[in-house]
Amino acid sequence: MAILASEIEALIRESFPNATIAVMGDDGAHFAAEVTDESFRGKNRVQQQRAVYAALKGKMDGAQGELHALALTTKVPD
Amino acid sequence: MTDTTTQIKDTISANDVVLYMKGTKEMPQCGFSSRVAGVLNYMGVDFADVNVLADEALRQGIKDFSDWPTVPQLYVKGEFVGGCDIITEMTLSGELDTLFETNDVTYDKDAADKIREANG
Repeated sequence: MAILASEIEALIRESFPNATIAVMGDDGAHFAAEVTDESFRGKNRVQQQRAVYAALKGKMDGAQGELHALALTTKVPD
Repeated sequence: MTDTTTQIKDTISANDVVLYMKGTKEMPQCGFSSRVAGVLNYMGVDFADVNVLADEALRQGIKDFSDWPTVPQLYVKGEFVGGCDIITEMTLSGELDTLFETNDVTYDKDAADKIREANG
């Protein structure tokens, strides 16, 4: 089942209302997302990206996962 | 504790570097697994590869164990390091070198530098 970049952004936005979010990709399965948020400060990359994956609420999971591939980058604001 | 959890704990404590991946290090079956295995192979790191496609319980079990929704997953000295994006970033920034040095994992520094030169 396909998913739109705008849907991914909306899901991330729910959990990170003040983040700078860029989602690229238009084939319905492969995306690249960059999320910059103050809440990442003091966390390592694994912790930052776990938080983003949690926001995606299982869409990454399993064979039925709608999101086959999400290249994720997380950053702390300068 | 489930058998799968026990199996994972045994594997990551018995091997300094473990890559949970789709396919094997000789024959990866996914581009993301291939990228991480390729970096480790190129850097001459001695690592154990675990093919999650060969074990359905493990395929889900490693995701639950690491609280991480994707494969590949790299473990060094029993600690989860990250997936493909994080390993790529750490390779290019030199953090992976530091991690290996801190944990007494042998690797080829020249090869790591070559990866950075080619992707700089």
